[in-house]
Amino acid sequence: MALRMHKRRTLTVLTGAVAVALVASACGGGDNTKSTDTGAAARGPITYVQGKDNSNLLGPMAEKWNAAHPTEKVTVKEQSDQANQQHDDLVQHFQAKDPSYDVVSVDVVWTAEFAAKGWLVPLKDKMALPTTGFLEPTVKAATYNKTLYAAPTSSDGAMLYYRSDLVKTPPKTIDEMWGMCSIAKQNGMDCFAGQFAKYEGGTCNATEWMNAYGAKVVDDAGKPTVDSPEAAKGLQELADHYKNGDIPKQAITYQEEQSRASFQNGKLLFLRNWPYVYNLASTDASSKVKGKFAVAPLPGVSGPGTSTLGGHMAAISTYSKYKATALDFLKFLTSEEQQKTNMEKGSLAPVIESIYTDPALVAKYPYLPVLKESISNAVSRPVTPFYPAVSEAISTNFFAAIQGQKTPQAAVKDMQAAMVAAG
Amino acid sequence: MSAATSTAPRSTGTKPKKSKGLNAGQGRMGLLLVAPTLVFLAGIILYPLLRAIQLSLQKDAGLDKATGLFVEGGSAGLSNYTHWLLQKCGEVDCPPGTLGDQFYSALWVTLFFTVVSVVIELGLGMWFAMIMNRDFKGRALVRAAILVPWAIPTAVTAKLWLFIFAFDGIANKLIGYVGINPQLWVSDPWAAKFAIIIADVWKTTPFMALLILAGLQLVPGDVYEAAQIDGASKWQTFIKITLPLVKVPLMVAVLFRTLDVMRIYDLPAILTNGGGGTTSLSMLVIKQIQNGFHSASALSTIIFLLIAFTAFLFIQFGGADVVQRPPKSKKKEPEAAVGNPVAANATSTGA
Repeated sequence: MALRMHKRRTLTVLTGAVAVALVASACGGGDNTKSTDTGAAARGPITYVQGKDNSNLLGPMAEKWNAAHPTEKVTVKEQSDQANQQHDDLVQHFQAKDPSYDVVSVDVVWTAEFAAKGWLVPLKDKMALPTTGFLEPTVKAATYNKTLYAAPTSSDGAMLYYRSDLVKTPPKTIDEMWGMCSIAKQNGMDCFAGQFAKYEGGTCNATEWMNAYGAKVVDDAGKPTVDSPEAAKGLQELADHYKNGDIPKQAITYQEEQSRASFQNGKLLFLRNWPYVYNLASTDASSKVKGKFAVAPLPGVSGPGTSTLGGHMAAISTYSKYKATALDFLKFLTSEEQQKTNMEKGSLAPVIESIYTDPALVAKYPYLPVLKESISNAVSRPVTPFYPAVSEAISTNFFAAIQGQKTPQAAVKDMQAAMVAAG
Repeated sequence: MSAATSTAPRSTGTKPKKSKGLNAGQGRMGLLLVAPTLVFLAGIILYPLLRAIQLSLQKDAGLDKATGLFVEGGSAGLSNYTHWLLQKCGEVDCPPGTLGDQFYSALWVTLFFTVVSVVIELGLGMWFAMIMNRDFKGRALVRAAILVPWAIPTAVTAKLWLFIFAFDGIANKLIGYVGINPQLWVSDPWAAKFAIIIADVWKTTPFMALLILAGLQLVPGDVYEAAQIDGASKWQTFIKITLPLVKVPLMVAVLFRTLDVMRIYDLPAILTNGGGGTTSLSMLVIKQIQNGFHSASALSTIIFLLIAFTAFLFIQFGGADVVQRPPKSKKKEPEAAVGNPVAANATSTGA
């Protein structure tokens, strides 16, 4: 009995010790996989991580690469379709110094954060990536601290959708657009809407309006400069026309899809939205505006306005073991052939300028020239490692200003202060 | 139904040494037997808690201006806590648009949700439970119907209500019939708060009703018969018999729901995404994690303390006897018997 008792006690103590060891190792995990800078010339199989692939582009892309590189095959890992989840997934793998994430797809607004954390390989010297022929704003958005950190793979810019059956020539300036609001009234429609809800899209829209009036949210060194009369003017314009009804009351609940629904149901004359709306509004069974709409560049103060730049880039993880292969893979992703395929099969706006004038593509996607103009004039959202805080500062204060809870002057002042407080 | 039955187990007679407690060998054996559980609990409860507190005492990584790279922040003392509680962003007060500035509005709105939803749910839940407890044709159907909302995942509920509360949605159409102007249910300060409360009440009243129903079913029928013979009115029966007898399950239900609403995240995150000032405390934590998790740890520790304190108040003063402590002494006998009908009933039926 005593012996059995003793044995049992040893067993329990052992179990306890094992449990403690497990817990201890769980929190110390990853410490022994120290990253090194070796591997710049190393080649081998790599993994490419990207958000959900809705148009079946990844499979054929990987097959093509693998056929040409049998010893350096790429494995594709798909994440969820939610930007926040993709961001957090990447952060977790970077924090764990995971060597299995070689090449990652990053949203334009995450580049600075990841670069500043030291997670991305700078594309310079031996790792340099040629960017001639790329649209300039896309390269600028991939640059942090005067160093290129990622290869732009797809771009995006906003356009003005308008009802071509009601408006013969699209408005070039903002004042022209407001002038046409009487047409909307005669037809019992709302005049203009973008995405004015309190979320990331609100930041995009607010930045566009402030930029249109000549404001700069941050200067070239990344310092906040949003507290300016120009920025206040942009917000004032929105607030005034929200108040007088040119922008419908419900527009402050609009995200991309709600605003698209309103336009597609024929209740909206002018819509600011991304290129994806074009195909849906022309082909959706429920669309009431088939063949009755067209696109134009966003209106500005005296000429075309400035869109916010969207899109994705591919970057190499610092913890990748085969960086030479990874760099070749970036070149492959940004090749003209691959960019064309992405446009044809997935409507992803290319980053190479010449593709926008390809006659075959323009015939199929009539909006390409407008999109090119939009992206060429696009202003990147602030390139800052504190992007989430900066975005929160903009969207919160913009949301208060458009509803008149705060004067535009106070709103830009608070934006500035909140951005400074963020870092 | 006397408390004596629950304090004096029948085995007392066979073990005369019971009053002296366990002997040394038994004590050691007992300790050994619970040790794995304790280690396990320490691993999954104590460790994360202590780790969160430890993390909250460090500074978030800051930017080295020269290199543009992040560097570890080092020790922060209590600055992460003062950041939230005293609204300090560095040296200055947190300007509007920072997360720090939203702390008190998030705190108040969370407490507002808690009080209003729980009160409404309590009333409705009690009513539903009384209905479900009655004998009538089609009772099974009514019970199932009442439970449907509880069975739907919250994220789905939130999406459903998002469609209902859309500007062109059915909610605005319905209030249009009675001559009310369409509301911006996900952006207007008051409408958004009530949108969340309506959705939350719709979803969780069944839970409340179910817990209360469990309590109601333990009330023996003969007390009602006795009340009827004494000529008590329906209202008197409810106040003097039903309420005291379901007090414990009722308070447990209220406690669960209170703690639940205090950490509400999914419903406002999907329904309003913080529009109209409906950012709850938990939403603030998630937003802060993206900006730096040391500060987020401090905030979740604050929320933890707040919730733990509320739970303590409930258990200590509210009579939510979750731990099922045995009655303390003979003096409190009658109160204990009434206060703990579940335990008393269980032992009496078991005997």
